[in-house]
Amino acid sequence: MSEPRFVSRGFVGRRDTEVGPDRADRVPPGQYVTRDFPVLSAGPTPRTRLEDWTFTVEGLVREPMTWTWDRFQALPRRSWTVDISCVTKWTKLDTIWEGVSVDTLLEHVELDPRAGYLTAFSYGGYTTNLPLPDVVDGQAFVADTYDGKPLAPEHGGPARLVVPHLYFWKSAKWVKGLRLMESDRPGFWESLGYHIRGDPWKEERYSGD
Amino acid sequence: MTLARRLADAVTPARRTLEWQIATVKAFAPETARARTFTLELPKWRPHRAGQHYDVRLTAADGYQAQRSYSIASEPERVGEIDLTVELIPDGEVSSYMHGVLEPGDRIEVRGPIGGYFVWQASQPEPLGLVAGGSGVVPLMAMLRHRAAAAGRQPARLLYSSRTVDDVIYGAGLARLHAARDGAEVFQTLTRGAPEGWAGFTRRIDAQMLREVFAPLGSDVRIFVCGPTLLVESVADALVAMGVPAERIKTERFGPTGS
Repeated sequence: MSEPRFVSRGFVGRRDTEVGPDRADRVPPGQYVTRDFPVLSAGPTPRTRLEDWTFTVEGLVREPMTWTWDRFQALPRRSWTVDISCVTKWTKLDTIWEGVSVDTLLEHVELDPRAGYLTAFSYGGYTTNLPLPDVVDGQAFVADTYDGKPLAPEHGGPARLVVPHLYFWKSAKWVKGLRLMESDRPGFWESLGYHIRGDPWKEERYSGD
Repeated sequence: MTLARRLADAVTPARRTLEWQIATVKAFAPETARARTFTLELPKWRPHRAGQHYDVRLTAADGYQAQRSYSIASEPERVGEIDLTVELIPDGEVSSYMHGVLEPGDRIEVRGPIGGYFVWQASQPEPLGLVAGGSGVVPLMAMLRHRAAAAGRQPARLLYSSRTVDDVIYGAGLARLHAARDGAEVFQTLTRGAPEGWAGFTRRIDAQMLREVFAPLGSDVRIFVCGPTLLVESVADALVAMGVPAERIKTERFGPTGS
């Protein structure tokens, strides 16, 4: 940021005029607004039957807790309207989700005081790491509904973690559980050169950013 | 350098900061009516792995910036420069600049190489299966070029789906790779009509086509799939149904946007 600014000859930019000035301040640096919902994942989409699906909170907790799909559905639910930003540069405004707050899930376990981080793990083997303070106080949720419809498999269904204030690779698709940990351990993309935390407003895209 | 430092460097190669650098456009060449390959000279070039991409950043005079990612089309054996193939997207903020404004001699800000999963190295001995839809062929072409440059001898097969023959990117280069008879073979399918005498497939990629092309590579095959979401989803599902272990299928998806 401190080097003399390079200017691209003849570049004016689109500046997302469709977004409108009142919403331009909701688009993080280097991002553009899309109305589509692009799909990005590293391998085949895992298919989990609802009768086989479980969600577990484990690790540094007194007793791990596991929900079946039916038990999960019986938890207190709410909806969220949030902006999401993918490290591949797209931002989608006003996405509408329904699901269960991570706060609600954590109410069912007794956290070990050493728990400071967590790994979200998924069907298909995906993992991503998060500091505990990034997923509490209503900031993160496990969503099973997008735009009023059951979450499609390619977007992470039956259920995905959503942590809207971080780049979207932190919002683990096909999430199967949360493992509480004492230290921060890089997940899948974080081990492959992506940033350990991933704050879009700080452009924490890659390691060292 | 101390041993500790050397060990730290060895185990944390990904920790290096990716710096922006100012590349110079050496040349560009049309691939199709909508796809163009830009050759960029990089002052801080370093070898990539086939399948990786670079980020491009454009900056307006008032500081406004736009960024996009583009796959590297060239092999890492080419020192000092990279090829990026960019498809012109309607209303694409960056692609329209690159197609409409950028000229040889212009400078452009880039950083990379980026991506550590959708990558392939010619030292991997297993048979290589590649499935491309549209401009998804770009990172897979880098793999085939790398294989040729490194004299890889593992069997490799590319199945490439385009709408029409005019939409085929790298047509001549693919024909040359196929004709070299060094174990790399190219299969093509056209989904919206084929010219007279077309010897390839003429339908969307399906399970039967995947079996026909990839079953001869055996069960140890490593497969890379790159293209639009619908193609990648259906191909990956069909490969899993064929019995290819999910961890041997790597995917890269181009969403409906991606200008």
